[in-house]
Amino acid sequence: MIIRILGEGQFDVPDEAVTTLNQLDATVEASIEAGDEAAFRIALDGLLAGVRESAAPHEEGSLDSSDLILPHADATLDEVRDLLSGDGLIPG
Amino acid sequence: MSLMKRISLIFRSKANTALDRAEDPRQTLDYSYQRQQDLLVKVRRGVADVATSRKRVELQVNQLEAQASKLQGQAEKAISVGREDLAREALTRKSGLTSQITDLKTQHAQLQGEEEKLTLAQQRLQAKVEAFRTRKETIKATYTAAEAQTKINEAMSGIGEEMGDVGMAIQRAEDKTAQMQARAGAIDELLASGALDDVTQPGGSDDISRELDALSSGSDVEAELARLKASSQPQAIEAADDGDILQGEPEQAESASDATTTDEGRA
Repeated sequence: MIIRILGEGQFDVPDEAVTTLNQLDATVEASIEAGDEAAFRIALDGLLAGVRESAAPHEEGSLDSSDLILPHADATLDEVRDLLSGDGLIPG
Repeated sequence: MSLMKRISLIFRSKANTALDRAEDPRQTLDYSYQRQQDLLVKVRRGVADVATSRKRVELQVNQLEAQASKLQGQAEKAISVGREDLAREALTRKSGLTSQITDLKTQHAQLQGEEEKLTLAQQRLQAKVEAFRTRKETIKATYTAAEAQTKINEAMSGIGEEMGDVGMAIQRAEDKTAQMQARAGAIDELLASGALDDVTQPGGSDDISRELDALSSGSDVEAELARLKASSQPQAIEAADDGDILQGEPEQAESASDATTTDEGRA
């Protein structure tokens, strides 16, 4: 499975890591719904660290689309809400 | 639906609508390639802009550090001449500068981080654009119209995602740089106003150094006087033998006044 972390590029994530990542993802989602910035920061760091640990960088010259896309490591709660609303996502 | 899934879907649909589609698939490829080249130029410019901001902050840190060490020197000098009030003033100003320097160093680290991120984004995009160019030529040469459309869609969504990512990276770097430039501008203004006494300006002088100069020239005069007084008795006896030296002096005074006249003439 190819996962992109925005600002960092694409990663090849082995299938066996996906269950763990889904749990981490649910934590991030819960913190966003609760509007808890501190919990969100910890959860997002955990999720991205989980991806980086289990994955290898995807081949640079490929033109493959990612299966999943994750926010920037330093994204704020508001920025992720923007990503989810689809506003101001891709400039130009 | 999971967060990751939701972001991916929205991101992809945005990336796809951002790509213009021409009627002839080949035109779509060429047009997209042109857009990729434009984006590469933009990201390179972004890297250069961030580097410029970083250098500006570096320069300011150097200026403020020079000023802080000057204030430290002034405080030491003030203590040595017994002026605790001046030393306190110098140290107070220095502590104000120290917090500015800490802030600027944090900004510097952030800018350096942005510069590295953008440089990496540039390399990733460069690799994808290269791959796209090769794919584009292959598609044009090999496939039938129907096959081409599928291959084009694949290549376009792959590159579209990368372009969206890089576009966001540029936007974020620009936002951060703009914030920092506003702050850097404020510090430049402070330096220019003399409030921080820009030590890079030759002949620049502040109230503390003026007072210390006055103090030290005052004490120099006193010391000289004391020395003259102490030696005046024995010298008076030998004065007659110093005739040669004393005769030399009027000549020097004359040439000095000549020089002054010449200077005035030039002015």
